[in-house]
Amino acid sequence: MASPQLEIQLIGIIVSVACVIPGVFLILRSMSMMSDAISHTILLGIVLAFFVTHDLNSPLLVIGAALMGTLTVYLVELIHKTQLVSKDSSIGLIFPFLFSIGVILISMYAGDVHLDTDAVLLGEIAFAPFNRFVVRGVDIGPKALYTMGGILLINIIYVVLFYKELKLTTFDEKLALFLGFSPTFIHYSLMSLISITAVGAFDSVGSILVIAFMVGPPAAAYLITDDLKKMIFLSVGIGILSSISGYWLSTLFDVSIAGSMTVMIGIIFFLVFILTPNRGLIAIMKRRKKQKYQFANISFLMHIMNHENTEIEEVESSINTIENHLIWDRKFLNQILSISKDNGYIVVNKDGIIKITEQGRKFARDNYYELVKKI
Amino acid sequence: MNNIAVKVNDLTVAYHKKPVLWDVDLEIPEGVLMAVVGPNGAGKTTLIKAMINLIKPITGRTLFWGEPYQNNRKRVGYVPQRGSVDWDFPTSVLDVVTMGTYGKLGWFKRPGKKEKQKAIEALKKVDMLPYADRQISQLSGGQQQRVFVARALVQDSDIYFMDEPFQGVDVKTEKSIVKLLEELKNNGKTVIVVHHDLQTVTEYFDWVTLLNTIIIDYGPVKKTFTEENLKKTYRSPLDSFYKNKGK
Repeated sequence: MASPQLEIQLIGIIVSVACVIPGVFLILRSMSMMSDAISHTILLGIVLAFFVTHDLNSPLLVIGAALMGTLTVYLVELIHKTQLVSKDSSIGLIFPFLFSIGVILISMYAGDVHLDTDAVLLGEIAFAPFNRFVVRGVDIGPKALYTMGGILLINIIYVVLFYKELKLTTFDEKLALFLGFSPTFIHYSLMSLISITAVGAFDSVGSILVIAFMVGPPAAAYLITDDLKKMIFLSVGIGILSSISGYWLSTLFDVSIAGSMTVMIGIIFFLVFILTPNRGLIAIMKRRKKQKYQFANISFLMHIMNHENTEIEEVESSINTIENHLIWDRKFLNQILSISKDNGYIVVNKDGIIKITEQGRKFARDNYYELVKKI
Repeated sequence: MNNIAVKVNDLTVAYHKKPVLWDVDLEIPEGVLMAVVGPNGAGKTTLIKAMINLIKPITGRTLFWGEPYQNNRKRVGYVPQRGSVDWDFPTSVLDVVTMGTYGKLGWFKRPGKKEKQKAIEALKKVDMLPYADRQISQLSGGQQQRVFVARALVQDSDIYFMDEPFQGVDVKTEKSIVKLLEELKNNGKTVIVVHHDLQTVTEYFDWVTLLNTIIIDYGPVKKTFTEENLKKTYRSPLDSFYKNKGK
C-alpha cells in the first residue's frame, strides 16, 4: 500500500473537496458562520449517540451528529425569527451552549474513552494512516480515506442531482416557493450534508480546518468568477492546492499538518484578494488612482475654460499662480500639467498663460457630460 | 362582463398584532390591466403575496378561476421586487430568465434547448437579448427589472403579478414594460401591478384597486380613479378616527 505521506495528502485532498462543495452554497447563502456552529455542536450529537451505542465506530454517531447539526440550524433560526436577537448573536448563543454540554458530558461520563476535546478542535491528520480499514485480514488503506471518500461521493451526487434547485433557492427563495419547490427541504438537506461532512472530517482534520475549507476556497473563487459552475470547480482546485501545499509546508517546518493547511487557505485567499484582475485590491487601487488623475485633469481643463479670455485669466490661468486657485500642491499640478501637455490638451503661451486647445475642449466637454450623466 | 379570473374573499393579514390587510374582497375579471395603488404601508405587496400563497392569511382565501391557487399554479406568473434578491449571485442573464421555466420542469429535470429558446424569446420582448450572456452583477437597475419581467414571461402564464416594476427604473425600461403590458393585455392576459405613481395610472392601466389596509374601491379606472376615492385612500387612518370623535 502507498506510503503514509501519500495517504495523508490524499485524505487532505478528499476532505478539502468534500468540504468545499457544500461550502460554495453556504457562502452564497451568507451562512459561513453556520459552518463554525455546526462543526462544534456535532460533538454533542456524537456524545449522545455514543451513550446509546457505547461504540466509537458505530455509524449511529454520524447520524447523531447530523441530527444535532440540523437542530443547531433550526434553533438558531428559531431564536432569530423572534426578531429579538440578530442572526450572528443567535449563532453565538446556540453553538457554545450545545458544544459546552458536549464537553461537560465527555468529562463527566466518558473520561476514559478516546473522545477528547483537543482532538475535536484540531484533529490530527498525521494519525489518520494508523487507523486502517481491514477487510478479511487484508489491509486496504486508511479508514478515513473510505469514510471521507463516501461523504465526498454523497456531496457530489447531491449537488449534481439538486443543482437546479440549489441554484434557484439560493438566488430567489420566494420564486422557488412560488414555482412549487420546497426551499425548506433544500435548506435542511444542505445543512444535514454539512453536518455529515463536518463529522466525517473533524475526526481527521479537526473542526477549525473544516470551517476553513468550507469558507476559504469558495470565498476566493467568488472573487475570481461570476459563474456558479466555474466557482465550484475553482473552489475545488483551490481546496486541493491548499491541502497539498499545506502538507509540504508542515513537513518543511515540522509543524501541525492541519494547521499548515489552514494557513495555506488563508494565504491563497489573500493572494487572490490582492491580485485578482479587475476585482483584486491592486486592480481597484490602480483604477481609483487613474480615476483621480482623470477627474483632476477634467477639473483643470474646466477651470482653464471658465476663465478663458476673461479679465482675471492672467492670475487664474497663469502657470505661476494657478496652483493658488486650484489649491493643489506643485508636484500634483506638474503631473496634471504634463498629462495635459502630452495629450495636446493645453499649450502655454509666451506670457505664461495656459491656453486650452480644441482637443482639450472636446475631451473636457465629453467627459464632463459623461460624468454628469452618471449622476 | 368577462369571466372572473381572481376572486379574493375576506382576506386578512397581520404582522404580529398590526393588521396589514383587513377583510379584503376583490373580483378581478379576465383580461384587465390593473394597478394596485395606495400609500406606503397600505399592504399592496402583502396583498399580492397573500393572493399567491407566499404569505399565509389569518382569514379568507383567493380563488383562481373558481379554484384554489394550487390547482392553477402553472397559470400564474410573478415578478417580485428586484431588491428582493442578491444581484451579486454568480450567474448570467439568460440563466436567471431560464429559472422561470423551472416550475414546469419540476424537480430533477434540467432545462434544455426548448427552455433556453423560450428564455431568449422573452429577453427579446424586453429588449435585453444583447445582454443574454452578461453576468447579472453588471446590470443597471432598469436592466435588472427587465430581466425579472422576462423571467415571468417564460412562465407562459394567464395571470401576472408584478410588484413595483417601475420602481427606480430608467425611461427606456418604463417604456419597454408599458409596451409589454399592452401586449399581454391584447393577448387576453390578466396583469396585476403594484404601482405608486398616481400620474401614470390613467395612461397605463384600465382597472385600478385603491388600497389602504382595507379596499377603498376597485373597478375600471374611469369610474374608480376619482378625486374623492383618492382622498379616502391617502387620508391617514387617524383622520377618520378624529372625524368619528367629532373633532
